Amino acid sequence: MVKPESGAGVAAGKYSIAHLTHQPRRHYGRWLAATLIVIALAMIVKAFAQGQIAWPVVGQFFTAPAIISGLWNTILMTICAMALGLVLGVIFAIMIMSPNPVLKYVAVFYIWFFRGTPLLLQLLLWFNLALIFPTLGIPGLFEMRTVDFMTPFMATLLGLGINQGAYTAEVVRGGILSVDNGQIEAAKVIGMTRLTMLRRIILPQAMRVIIPPVGNEVISMVKLTSVASVIQYSEILRNAQAVYYANNRVMELLIVSAIWYLVVVTVLSIGQHLLEKYYSRSEGRRGAKRVQAAAAEGA
Amino acid sequence: MCAMVVIADIDKHFGNFQALSKVSLEIEQGEVLCIIGPSGSGKSTLLRCINQLERIDAGAIWIEDELVGFRQEGNRLYELTEPQIARQRLASGMVFQRFNLFAHMTVLENIIEGPVVVQKRPKSAVVPEALALLDQVGLRDKRDAYPSELSGGQQQRIAIARALAMKPKLMLFDEPTSALDPELVSDVLNVMRDLARSGMTMVVVTHELGFAREVAHRVVFMDQGRIVESGPPQQLLSHPTEKRTQDFIAAVLS
Repeated sequence: MVKPESGAGVAAGKYSIAHLTHQPRRHYGRWLAATLIVIALAMIVKAFAQGQIAWPVVGQFFTAPAIISGLWNTILMTICAMALGLVLGVIFAIMIMSPNPVLKYVAVFYIWFFRGTPLLLQLLLWFNLALIFPTLGIPGLFEMRTVDFMTPFMATLLGLGINQGAYTAEVVRGGILSVDNGQIEAAKVIGMTRLTMLRRIILPQAMRVIIPPVGNEVISMVKLTSVASVIQYSEILRNAQAVYYANNRVMELLIVSAIWYLVVVTVLSIGQHLLEKYYSRSEGRRGAKRVQAAAAEGA
Repeated sequence: MCAMVVIADIDKHFGNFQALSKVSLEIEQGEVLCIIGPSGSGKSTLLRCINQLERIDAGAIWIEDELVGFRQEGNRLYELTEPQIARQRLASGMVFQRFNLFAHMTVLENIIEGPVVVQKRPKSAVVPEALALLDQVGLRDKRDAYPSELSGGQQQRIAIARALAMKPKLMLFDEPTSALDPELVSDVLNVMRDLARSGMTMVVVTHELGFAREVAHRVVFMDQGRIVESGPPQQLLSHPTEKRTQDFIAAVLS
């Protein structure tokens, strides 16, 4: 093979086609798929436009007091149940990693029980607790009637929060396991006790792993609160139902609820994105470096 | 000179593996002691026993005449509580092979974490000290960088500054240059050399025989969980008496 001095020499003779303009391939399949989807969408939109939906009713009830108070209760319950779930999750994650077998197996049992039974069933169990324990309390200290304590709010909070804790425990455990043992040793040698270490070193680093799945669970919690409508907790879906039992505008009120759920979930998704960015701030160029290192090793 | 660290007849097992058997060693105030030996010889384990990252199975260790990890009651040694052990660990600073800087904190935050959170000293007093330490290791301009943005040599120098910020009585180095690219080793060794000259008591587990020869007051050779031989670097590294030491040094230098 003779190496040419410059490109000019090569692009002659049978190689002269190197000068020709390139024509990209045409993607007929993409055009076809897009066309079919647009037609389908147009049909759906047309169906909704012609369907017997009273859109003014949707607008009218969108900010109705019953709906707004239901929305508020949904948000309140999401926050409270998630907070309870996180606290329980951290506690049980630490318990399950404990060298103490009693703590460990209590946590294993908790996770097994609450992940193994349906949430709806758990809610009903809490709400009907008065059937087996008429009063609650610590003997000699205080006592109250279970029906006074186990309001729809409390039953929902306990049901959702404790159930969530079982799922969060596994997520938190995964996060804690992801922290390099060297970080723990470094914390030990500067004299940190286990609690300080957990608070200052382990949990902040575990957060990077914990935040994305917990973010997803907050979002599903917003929707899960609707289950509480069966035990008369006045969240948005139950309030919407109460309205449509009165005025028969079933679809309109369900649409109102759906729009509100979408609004809340969208806002939360944006918040989750920002949080993830915050907790991965120390990643810096490491991600890029790892890719380079892997490439170098492969070479 | 008085003995800063006294190690008497310590044993350490990992399951059936005897990592240390009947190891005794004294380290003087201001002494620079290098521990060399093949991998698995127990040299890192010995270092980790001094600051209680490993719990000893038998024997005893004193740092400045304080019994480490236990209290004596009658004819038994009772293990101390976790906060007591955490407090005792403040006597020594440790530098790891893999640096172990806190990944979620900047360089400055790494250095002030111990003094502020553990020693409860005011931030206003700690930050100037931390900046002075950054000057000492030549990395003041990296104060706001995260560990992942630094080279291994830079991370290790920050790790040394972090350990020094606790004002330890002695410094333990566990193969501080073994994870570094060759061209970064000298930066770290220079910082350690300066530290040795300043009179810090240092125990260094290392494969850098050149550093040991130049800086150490005494070199200890370990093999199979025992101290085989110890002596001044010229003697131990150039004219070792034990066959195992001769073989090891020949293997490292070849």
